[in-house]
Amino acid sequence: MELELKGITKRFGPLVANDRIDLSVAPGQVHALLGENGAGKTTLVNVLYGLLQPDEGQIRLDAKPVKFGSPRDAIAAGIGMVHQHFMLVPVFTVAENVTLGIEETYQLHTVRMGQRISSGVLDRRKTRRDVRELSRRYGLEIDPDAIVENLPVGIQQRVEIVKALVREASVLILDEPTAVLTPAETDDLFRIIKKLSDGGTSVVFISHKLREVQAIADTVTVLRRGAVVGERPPSASADELAALMVGRSVQLRVSKAPAKPGGVVFDVSDLTVTDETGRIWVNGISFEVRAGEILGVAGVQGNGQTELCEALMGLRPTVSGQVTLNGRELTHATPRQRLRAGFAYVPEDRQEDGLIGDFSVADNMVLDVFDQPPFASGINLNLAAIASHAAERVTEFDVRTTSVDTPVGTLSGGNQQKVILARELGREHKLLIASQPTRGLDVGSIEFVHRRIVEQRDQGDAVLIVSAELDEIYALADRIAVMYEGQITGLRSPDVPVEELGRLMAGGSDDEFPAATATPGTPEPGDPETSTPAPGAGQ
Amino acid sequence: MSEHETPGRSGPDDSFDAAGQPPAEEPGAIEPSPDDALALEKGPQDRDELGVGRGRFLTFILQGNPLIVTVLSLLVALVVGGLLNAFTNTTVLHAWGNFFSAPGSALSLAWDTAIGAYVEMFEGSIFNPHTVAALFQQASFSAAIHDGYLSAVFNPLSETCVQATPLILAGLAVALPYRAGLFNIGAQSQFIGGALLCTYLGYGVNLPVVLHVIVCVLGGFVGGAAMGWIVGELKARTGAHEVIVTIMLNYVMQYLLAYLLSYHYLMQQPGSSNQITSTIEGNAHLPLLFGSHLRINVGFLIALACALGMWWLLSRTTTGFEFRSIGKNPSAARVAGINVERNWVLVMLLAGGLAGLAGSAVIQGTDFSLNFQSYGTYGIDAITVALLGAGRPLGVVLAGLLFGALHAGAPLMQSVTGTPVDMVQVLEAVVVLFVAAPPLIRTIFRLRGAGGVLVVLSKGWNA
Repeated sequence: MELELKGITKRFGPLVANDRIDLSVAPGQVHALLGENGAGKTTLVNVLYGLLQPDEGQIRLDAKPVKFGSPRDAIAAGIGMVHQHFMLVPVFTVAENVTLGIEETYQLHTVRMGQRISSGVLDRRKTRRDVRELSRRYGLEIDPDAIVENLPVGIQQRVEIVKALVREASVLILDEPTAVLTPAETDDLFRIIKKLSDGGTSVVFISHKLREVQAIADTVTVLRRGAVVGERPPSASADELAALMVGRSVQLRVSKAPAKPGGVVFDVSDLTVTDETGRIWVNGISFEVRAGEILGVAGVQGNGQTELCEALMGLRPTVSGQVTLNGRELTHATPRQRLRAGFAYVPEDRQEDGLIGDFSVADNMVLDVFDQPPFASGINLNLAAIASHAAERVTEFDVRTTSVDTPVGTLSGGNQQKVILARELGREHKLLIASQPTRGLDVGSIEFVHRRIVEQRDQGDAVLIVSAELDEIYALADRIAVMYEGQITGLRSPDVPVEELGRLMAGGSDDEFPAATATPGTPEPGDPETSTPAPGAGQ
Repeated sequence: MSEHETPGRSGPDDSFDAAGQPPAEEPGAIEPSPDDALALEKGPQDRDELGVGRGRFLTFILQGNPLIVTVLSLLVALVVGGLLNAFTNTTVLHAWGNFFSAPGSALSLAWDTAIGAYVEMFEGSIFNPHTVAALFQQASFSAAIHDGYLSAVFNPLSETCVQATPLILAGLAVALPYRAGLFNIGAQSQFIGGALLCTYLGYGVNLPVVLHVIVCVLGGFVGGAAMGWIVGELKARTGAHEVIVTIMLNYVMQYLLAYLLSYHYLMQQPGSSNQITSTIEGNAHLPLLFGSHLRINVGFLIALACALGMWWLLSRTTTGFEFRSIGKNPSAARVAGINVERNWVLVMLLAGGLAGLAGSAVIQGTDFSLNFQSYGTYGIDAITVALLGAGRPLGVVLAGLLFGALHAGAPLMQSVTGTPVDMVQVLEAVVVLFVAAPPLIRTIFRLRGAGGVLVVLSKGWNA
C-alpha cells in the first residue's frame, strides 16, 4: 500500500507542530523520520494514526484521500503503530493482548445461511494460532501463552508489532522503538523490520539516532521545527544528517582532555538495595569515583541502575553497605543532608523527579535551595532574589524560555534538562550524579549537556553517569562499569570494544582479568582499578 | 463584598429573561435557555470571529477560563433552580392545567414564582428596600438609629457575613491541604474537635474579659489541629489514606460528641435532658463589630485574616513553597530534599486548626453552646466552598460569602414565598456540579476549551 501525506499542517495554538509536510512511503519501504525532540515527528505520526486531526493537508492511501477521525479508522485502513510506551495489559498473556479489542469468538450459525452471530465466548485457540503463525513467519519467537509482564522489553515490543500485524497493518509506525532496547535486541528488531519490509509491509521508523537510521532505513526524511528539511538516502553521512536535524553543523563526539583523577571523593562499598517487596535490585555493589574523573555506569535499563541512583540520593533505604563523600559517612543520610553535603543530582525522569511542571522556571531553579539565603530569610521567601537568580542562570545555561515565570512544564525537554543542570551545578557541590542525562534530548541539547558534564569534571568534580546509551558512555566516561542484575559485571576503560560491553551488559561473566581498565593518561596507572574490588565480588 | 454580589445580582436578571421563554414553547425544556442567555449576553454572530468584532472582553469570555466557567455555572444553577421552583409549586402546576384557557396566567405565575424566590433571597441576604422605607418613616433619625432601624438596613449583609464566617474557615481547611495534594474530608471532625475544646474553655473556666475570648479561640484552633494532626501523622507514618481516615474520624467525633453530651458528669448541661452543653460565659463571646443589633462579629475578621494568612503562607514563605511543591509533584519535592511526610503532618495540623476556628466562630459568635448537631453540614459545605474557590484563599472567601448569602437569604425566602429552604441546597449542588465539570459549561455556552485539554478542578484520590 502506498502511503502519501500531502501538505499536512497541525497547529497547537500559535505553535505550528507540522508545517505543510509532504511524505510518501512506498510499499515495503523502511522510511525513517529523523529529527530532534520537538521537531514534530510524533505529532506527524499521531496525525497519521488518527490520534490528531490535521488542520490542513491530506492523507492518501493508494492515491485515495482518507480521513482518520480516530485510531480505529487508521487501523481499519491498515495502519499500525507501536508507541514509545507500550499499550499492553501486563497481567494478560501475549495472545490475550493481541486479541484485545478484536476478540475472536465462537460463531453461532443461524438457520438462514450466511448469517453468523457471535456467541460471546472467546475463541482462544484461533488467536494463539494467529500469534504462532505470525511469529514463525517473521521470526518473532513469541510464546502466545506467556504473561506479558514477565517478558523482556524487547519481546514486549514484538507483541506490539504482532498486535499491529494481526490487525492487518500494511503500514507499521514505530515510534522511537530502540529507546528501550539493548544493542542485541536492537539488532533483532532490525532483522524483524527487514523481514516485514521484504514481505511488503511499509515501516515508518522514528528516531533521533543517526546510526540506527543509517543502518535500517531505505529513505531518511529529516524534520526540523515541524517542517521537512530534506530527504536523503541512508548512505548520507552522519555529519550531513546531523547538520540537517540541528540546522548547523554539530560535533558528534565530545572533545575532552584526558582525565586527571585526584583523590577518591565518592566511595561506595557493598551497597545493597531492595524495593518494598524485598526484591534485591542492587546486590553488594562497590565502586569509587575520584575527583576529576567520570565513571560511566552502562547497562540495559532495569538492571538496578535506577535503584542505585535512588539509594545514593537517599530516596530509597540502603539495606547494607556504606556510602561516603570525602570520608564523610552518608549511608543513611536524608536527601537534604546529601544535597547539603555536596551532591548534585540529575534524576533519570526529569518530569517526575527533577522538576515541578506547574512551577515557574524561577521556582524550579531554587527547588532544593529555596530555604537558604539569599532566597529566604527565616520563613520569608525573597522573591526578588529568586527571580534575579533565575534570570542569571537562564542566561548562563542558555535556557530558551519566554520568561522566568513560565511554567517549566511548557519548555522542551532539552530546556527542562538545562534548568535542572543550572540548578544542580549552580549549587556548591563535589559530586555530580547524572542518570540518563540526555534521554530524549535533541542533538543540540545533548552536545550542551555533555559539554557541561565534562566541564564539571575538569573543574575537579567527581562525576557518576548512569546511561543506557552506549554512545553516551563512550563519549563521556573515563572508566566504564557495566551493571547487570544489580551487580557490576565488569570495569573497563573507554577503549573497550562494543561487543565486549554488550556481552557484559547481557550478564556475560568477566572471564579475563580487566587488564585494559587503566585509564589512558592516568597519572597513577592502574591505581583506580586495583583499589576497586574485583568485579563480581558480590557474588 | 461587591465582587461576590455581581454574580448573585446579575444572575436572576440575565437568566430569567431567558428562562421565561422556554416554557412558552416547550415546558420542561431546559437546554434552550442557556443558549438564549448566551444570545442575550453576547450575541451568537460573534462566535466564530474571536476578538475581531467585539474585542478583547468577548475573547476573554469565550476562552472560558475557570473564573468565567464559575460565573456561568452560577447562572446555569440559578436558571435550573428557578425552573425547578416554578415547576414544583402547586399553584403554578394548577395554572398549567388551565394553560389553554389562560396561557398568560400560567406563564406569569411561573415567572413570578421563580423570580419571587430569588427576590426574597436577595432581600434576606444583601439588601431589603423595606428596611430603608421603615428607616425614613421614623420620627427622628437619631431615634431610628437608637431603635435599630439603621441596623435593620444592614442586617441582611451582617447575616450573610455571619453565615459565611464558618464556611470560609472550614473552606480554607479543605483548600490548604488541597494545595499540598491532600484531600481533607474531615472538616467536620476537626470542627467538632475545635468546638468541643472551645466550648469547654468557654463555660468551664473563668478568665478576664479579653483573655477569655482569646483563650477560647486558641482552644478552638488547638482542638481542630489535634484532629488534623492525627490524620497527618497516620498518613506520614503508616501511609493511611487521608480520605479514609478523615471520613472515619468524622464518625468518631460525631459519636464522641453525642456521648459527651449525654452525661451530666461529662459535658451535658446540668439539669437538662437535651444533648447540649451549658452556655459559654459572656466574656468568651466574640465581640460584635457594629453594636448589639447586628450579629456580625470578630469571627468574620478572623476568617478574613486566616484567608490572608493562607495566601501569605502559600506564596511568600518557605513552608508554603514546600506545601505547593508536594502538592504539585511530591516525588520531585522529595528529590529536592523536601521532607514530604513532615509537611503532610504540618499542613493537616494547620487545616485542622482552621476547621477548629470555624467551630469556635459558631460557638463564640452565634450559638454560645454546643449541641449534638452544631456541626451541621459544615464538613460537606467546606468541600464545596473550597472547590468553588478553586483552592485559593480569595476564591474561598468569595465562595464562602456566596454560600453565606444563600444561607442567610433562605429563611426569608421560605417565610414569604413558601419556597422550601432546600432550594438553597439544590442551588449549591448545581453550582458545584457545573464547576466540577467545566466541559459541561463549555459545551452549553460553546466556549473554547483551553486547547482541548480537560481542566479538572477537583483532583480526588491521589495515591
